[in-house]
Amino acid sequence: MGDKKKQKLQPNQQRYQAFQQKRETKRPVFKNCIKAFLIGGFICFIGQLISTFYIYQFNFTEKTAGNPTIATLIFITMLLTGFGVYDRIAQVAGAGSAVPVTGFGNAVISSAIEYRSEGFILGVGSNMLKLAGPVIVYGVFSAFVVAIIKTILTQWGGF
Amino acid sequence: MIFFWAFVIGGLICVIGQIMFDVFKLSPAHTLSILVIAGAILDGLGWYEPLIDFAGAGATVPITSFGNSLVHGAMQEADKHGLIGVVTGMFEVTSAGISAAIIFGVIGAMIFKPKG
Repeated sequence: MGDKKKQKLQPNQQRYQAFQQKRETKRPVFKNCIKAFLIGGFICFIGQLISTFYIYQFNFTEKTAGNPTIATLIFITMLLTGFGVYDRIAQVAGAGSAVPVTGFGNAVISSAIEYRSEGFILGVGSNMLKLAGPVIVYGVFSAFVVAIIKTILTQWGGF
Repeated sequence: MIFFWAFVIGGLICVIGQIMFDVFKLSPAHTLSILVIAGAILDGLGWYEPLIDFAGAGATVPITSFGNSLVHGAMQEADKHGLIGVVTGMFEVTSAGISAAIIFGVIGAMIFKPKG
């Protein structure tokens, strides 16, 4: 918390802030990182199994196998999310289950299931991308900026 | 060998995410947005492709690949049609992740009932 914000608070509020900061449980960063590494790595390992399967069975190349792999992983995520298993994994794994595309799929699918009670158009349709929206929006926008810069440099700058 | 590197690189990207959660106290949405932007920039610099060659799914499964493939689609079209291709080609390569998430989201909503 910045000093400027602190000055606006009453003295007892300041004392509370200090007290609260002291009492806040320290997050076990190292332990969480190990868990994230193992589970995140495991998900990528499964992804590699799936893409190896696609490469040998359906003649995809190393680069084009990425897309069917992602689709397959999201399908598996749908099943895990629906049966309530993914939430339990996510409690242990933290970023390990959020950073792979399965986390993106889980965000979309769980909000789709959750808002089902509000109807398919207004509930599922409009709330589905609530959590995943920022990822799409800033992914697209940053990709736009990067691609524009790169195009200008390569096509007009002669690099 | 690629299985080993997929595990290690994928795990490391998740550790970066976990550090953003715990040390910088960012929300998951912030963390994922930053990772996607990082993926887009890395691809702009031309560093993401070698990583995919090296680590396979370790680089394509984390959300960073999303930014990478958005830039990729945009650049493919840009090579053919110039600047306007940046806008029209954006989703060409990425479509799998988004369309799969939406399709299976709707199917999931049809099949499963919300809990609790």
